[in-house]
Amino acid sequence: MPKIILNQDIVEDTWLKVELEAELPTSGKVLLPYTTWLAGEFDSSSYEAVGVWIPNDTVFDSSADKLNQVSVVAIDFPVFSDGRAYTLARQLRERFDYQGELRAIGDVLQDQLFFMTRCGFNSFAVREDKSIEEALTALKPFSNAYQAALDKPQPLFAERWS
Amino acid sequence: MYKYDDYDQKLVDERVIQFRDQTQRYLDGKLEEAEYLPLRLQNGIYIQRLAPMLRVAIPYGMLNAEQLRKLAHVARTYDKGYAHFTTRQNVQFNWPTLESCPDILEELAKVEMHAIQTSGNCIRNTTTDQFAGIALDEISDPRPWCEIVRQWSTFHPEFAFLPRKFKIAISGSEEDRAAIKVHDVGLQLVKTDDGSIAFNVFVGGGLGRTPMIGDLVRENLPAKHLLTYLEAILRVYNQFGRRDNKYKARIKILVKALGVEEFARRVESEWNHVADGPSTINDNVIAKAASFFIDPDYESAPSEGEFERQREQNKAFSRFVTNNTQAHQKEGYIAVTLSLKKTGVAPGDVSDSQMDLIADLADKYSFGELRVSHHQNLILSDVKKSALFELWQILEDNSLATPNVGKLTDMICCPGGDFCALANAKSIPVAEAIQRRFDDLDHLYDLGDIDFNFSGCMNACGHHHIGNIGLLGVDRKGEEFYQISLGGRSGSTAGIGKILGPAVKQDRVPDVIESIMSVYVENRIEGESFVEAYHRLGQATFKERVYA
Repeated sequence: MPKIILNQDIVEDTWLKVELEAELPTSGKVLLPYTTWLAGEFDSSSYEAVGVWIPNDTVFDSSADKLNQVSVVAIDFPVFSDGRAYTLARQLRERFDYQGELRAIGDVLQDQLFFMTRCGFNSFAVREDKSIEEALTALKPFSNAYQAALDKPQPLFAERWS
Repeated sequence: MYKYDDYDQKLVDERVIQFRDQTQRYLDGKLEEAEYLPLRLQNGIYIQRLAPMLRVAIPYGMLNAEQLRKLAHVARTYDKGYAHFTTRQNVQFNWPTLESCPDILEELAKVEMHAIQTSGNCIRNTTTDQFAGIALDEISDPRPWCEIVRQWSTFHPEFAFLPRKFKIAISGSEEDRAAIKVHDVGLQLVKTDDGSIAFNVFVGGGLGRTPMIGDLVRENLPAKHLLTYLEAILRVYNQFGRRDNKYKARIKILVKALGVEEFARRVESEWNHVADGPSTINDNVIAKAASFFIDPDYESAPSEGEFERQREQNKAFSRFVTNNTQAHQKEGYIAVTLSLKKTGVAPGDVSDSQMDLIADLADKYSFGELRVSHHQNLILSDVKKSALFELWQILEDNSLATPNVGKLTDMICCPGGDFCALANAKSIPVAEAIQRRFDDLDHLYDLGDIDFNFSGCMNACGHHHIGNIGLLGVDRKGEEFYQISLGGRSGSTAGIGKILGPAVKQDRVPDVIESIMSVYVENRIEGESFVEAYHRLGQATFKERVYA
């Protein structure tokens, strides 16, 4: 079974991501595409649990409020150098007050985990060909940060200059 | 200038450790080329034509003597004994090995320097006026704001992988010496009717393949909202900027595609969610930031000594004073520009021994501080007039007193094809040929102030679009040609120059410049600068002569 980093631990991943346009599985714990989930085109009673994954070109509107109904939301990094998912993560946490597990999926590499954490991700599906153990050691290369973000509600200047 | 505390120091130290590990993993084959690329770029490392190039940040152009000595040491130890100052107030080393870059960064960290975000698709070094804090026309000192923006942009977690690079410039004076309207974001400090400080925010300026002048997106933004407003701009850009084509990925393309009204609406809408949040800057923070940029220990109106007499009696000194100095807010003081545009030396280049000397001169004559200008010159900003003659003699003996600041031969110039893998043309030999053609100082002064900007390729590192004369290297079937544009301007009347006609071969460039100058000299009216005359006379007059 694949592994992920969740809240700074390596754990087994029990969720199945359903690709866009793919046929829905009949049981298990599923991460449905955001549009499928919003449209309600599935039978929730057949699944052990339902989560959502979000393509990174999504633009949230007020229906993102409903995401608090699920326990896992994943945001996709089709390639690590495309930074749109950072903004989506912050919007989800800060504007829509999403409290559940927020998972980075796709091209997830250890050198970006610090930024992801600061933007509100607490779960990382590190790319399969990379060492998840090494990635875990790289979660926090910096002991502090200048900006306010999800891991630190006040900017550094509030701490040292106010 | 800004002084690190333990927090700042720890961040740059931790960065060195992080980058050393990343580089080691790359060298060990654990990190693929494509995965390492943005990591090294965000540490200022390009792989050049002949060797890696390391670009070191000089935040908003402020440098102290100890730092300059360290740059000299790096040039001597890890490079070929010289460094190149850039058009964005940074400094580049052209010959380090990749393996040595972590060591160089470790050395730099000891003097509060780094290469963070000097390249890559992230927020770059914030630039400003080289005369900040001393200029007579200053509305408010931009440097505290530059430092606030520097901290906010350093390792900003949300904006490390933007569609493309992002450059911010801040001007605090009436005359814009920071070229803010050709930056992704240009911030003009203003005083509102009630005397409080605010920003006029310009967005979407830039050079490169599609030169554009920035649009005013927000007028009189109260200063305390600066960071939250920038965050809203960056967020709109991060989310909606194009990522399918790197030549259409800058924010200027997004602003034009949406229209400035729609762009501004989206920013305001995003801003509504973050305005007055924790990143709002209160008065204590502003005061603390400003406390790093207090006046040095000036004497109160010191005597000018023999200054006027020396100026009258020595023509060379007088030329230097006229061209290379700038009036100062404090009586008895003057700002001195060391021209790095001596004929035969690549514009912006300086040797290790010159750097050591300049550091000593900064200590002796200018409170140990220096500025780097986007014109690629160095400035001793606080020199007593009474000591200027003595200083000038030392500069003169060390090839640092070329009296051409602001003139045709004080060219802004990229490193070009001698170093850069992108360039179509070698900029340095052509710059030298032009400098040789215009080596008569009386002739040069008669031509007056001319911004001559020179880029080796479309990426426009030499800012050729906003030169009064702009030169662009182009490749024609393997031969180096140069496209000439006229009439560009930076500053508050910023405008993009117009291409004069077909590109010309390298050996014709000095003749063409001479023809353009003769049209100006024959047609100018009293007191009219080249660029003013060009706009009055129109392109055709110049074109006829050049392509006759």
